[in-house]
Amino acid sequence: MNAQRLAAVRAGAGFVLRRLAAALPNLLGVVVVTFLLTRALPGDPAAYFAGPAASREAIEEVRRALGLDQGIATQFGFYLRDLVQGDLGNSISTGRPVATELIERLPASLELTLIALLLATLIAVPLGVLAATRPGSVVDHLCRVIATVGVSLPTFFTGLLLAYVFYFLLGWAPPPTGRLDPAFSPPQTVTGFYLIDALFALDGELLAAVAGQIALPAITLALFVIAPISRMTRASMLGVLSSDFVRTARAVGLSRTRVLYVYALRNALLPVVTTLGMVFSFLLGSSILVEKVFAWPGVGSYALEALVASDYAPVQGFVLVLAALYVLLNLVIDLAYGVVDPRARFEG
Amino acid sequence: MNAAQSPVTSEGAAAAAMVPSRQHAHRATTDPATPARVPLLDVRDLHVQFQTRTGVARVLDGVSLHVDRGETLGIVGESGSGKSVFFLALLGILEANARITSGSARFGGFDLLGSSEAERSSVRGRELAMVFQNPRAALNPIRRVGQQIEDVLLRHTATPRHALQARAVDALRRVQIADPEARYHAYPFELSGGQCQRVMIAMALACEPALLIADEPTTGLDVTTQAAIMALIARIARENGMATILVTHDLGLAGEHCDRIAVMHAGHLVEMAPAAELFARPRHPYTARLLASTPYGALSIDALTSVPGQLPDLTRTDLPPCRFSERCDRVLPACAGPRVMQDTGEGHHVACHNPC
Repeated sequence: MNAQRLAAVRAGAGFVLRRLAAALPNLLGVVVVTFLLTRALPGDPAAYFAGPAASREAIEEVRRALGLDQGIATQFGFYLRDLVQGDLGNSISTGRPVATELIERLPASLELTLIALLLATLIAVPLGVLAATRPGSVVDHLCRVIATVGVSLPTFFTGLLLAYVFYFLLGWAPPPTGRLDPAFSPPQTVTGFYLIDALFALDGELLAAVAGQIALPAITLALFVIAPISRMTRASMLGVLSSDFVRTARAVGLSRTRVLYVYALRNALLPVVTTLGMVFSFLLGSSILVEKVFAWPGVGSYALEALVASDYAPVQGFVLVLAALYVLLNLVIDLAYGVVDPRARFEG
Repeated sequence: MNAAQSPVTSEGAAAAAMVPSRQHAHRATTDPATPARVPLLDVRDLHVQFQTRTGVARVLDGVSLHVDRGETLGIVGESGSGKSVFFLALLGILEANARITSGSARFGGFDLLGSSEAERSSVRGRELAMVFQNPRAALNPIRRVGQQIEDVLLRHTATPRHALQARAVDALRRVQIADPEARYHAYPFELSGGQCQRVMIAMALACEPALLIADEPTTGLDVTTQAAIMALIARIARENGMATILVTHDLGLAGEHCDRIAVMHAGHLVEMAPAAELFARPRHPYTARLLASTPYGALSIDALTSVPGQLPDLTRTDLPPCRFSERCDRVLPACAGPRVMQDTGEGHHVACHNPC
């Protein structure tokens, strides 16, 4: 039994390593594309940083200093060389290394995105199950309405609307200005997630303040993805409920709860897990605008500011981090699949 | 004459006589005025409708049927004749768009149609069990087969937790699965179709039901496995004194294993007779056609014919009283009148104005 478990762990580790290795070409592709895309962007960074009053000579001086006078291939060569050493270049606007700034800001973005995903899942899955078990009912129609509204409203609009209603009109939410009210000092960093760190610090007031700050942006993002998750849950649940093995479970007299949750839901969650992976990448993308609306100090707002300033390095770094996250996330999803579905375990 | 034909039957009848002594059969014999002759399952005039996109389909239109203890009854009909729906209705596990509009069904002393879902689900899987075709799909793909058997034991028996696994392994051993201790941990996708059907049967029989409904239990299995599965069901039925209903489109299979056979067509029961009697003297034109299309006995391949036409669209509002009349070459003016099920003796019943 022990040897068996050891072999399973080995196989699992091998699977993870193989998957990571297989992701390398994808990441390389992302590096090439973002490099070329940022070069194709309008605007001249040298002119931007030399300032509006700079002379032609001064601009050329800046261009040379930034290495922008070299050929594209040479620039890419330098970029790759730095990348291998973990150097994502320096931000021209702040003068600091991009890698450092991204690492500082990543927890804020991840916390927001993960809380939004958690929130959306906690709402969407029960909603989808209810809609599937009572097709044509009020819940079913509600599910459809929420799905349509959530998808058709752009996130920055929902964000502004929520801030207007809950901060400006009702005053229930704190001002939409970042992760924490300036009156508080951030919790001691353990995970970088303020919610978890505040929990570790056993500081109820701080936790409440952190939760208040994150509520509106997280709800904004969650609203956007409740639709795909609940629709997928509903469809998948409907399919499973009419399957042969659910009929068997009912035919042997199992209780309705057991049929629904042990037999139907666990099977119905398999495609939902896949959807969660896709939805997470939507969230990463749409968090850029939401971070901007709520002045959230994450990687999204960082990249957006850099983009406006024609500051290449942060944008490239951001896209690369996103791609890496996406690869990691898909790996996690595949592993989660193996936990839920025994059939996936043996195909590795 | 029927009992002499099949050794399964004579032993089954003997075992059936002992049934009342079994612990869970007491409810059937509560009425001392009618001992022994109360059928185990007695269904009267069952009507079921499906709500479909194109209208209301009258899928079952007044089906009456009874099964005695220890008996093996065959239900034969084409796909769509309503034979599976009949039993799903009895178990109370019809799809949401189906509705039982009238009829009664007594199982032992239990009112199957009039009782609550809670009462019914306590009978399902304990006294009244069903196995389905396509066993691989009929088992939960992400649950170990042993656990699925344990789910049934947990639901219906007072087995203590520590004894569950042993009882589940016993159930697997009873259906002659090789190495049941190892198979207990298997998932359905790791088993063959035949093994999956054995697991299904083990689940269905875990609580030793009084009646097993086997709905096309061998469809999709290879021929040798089919024979083994049928032999297994027959053996357990004999040992437990269990009544069996074999639902099949295969008249030959029904003839081999059943004491009596009922023939269904388009939601009607058209003929019912002891198996040998039905094969020797089919009275309903549909049964006769069905027999002529079945490769059974000494019939040569060249002599096989098909049943002309197809099942009528059951959503039609102008269905004739006899739903076979539009496919029938013996149709009379009287066929436009009400259907009558007539007893032609020897336990032979036929719903036809112009029987063969």
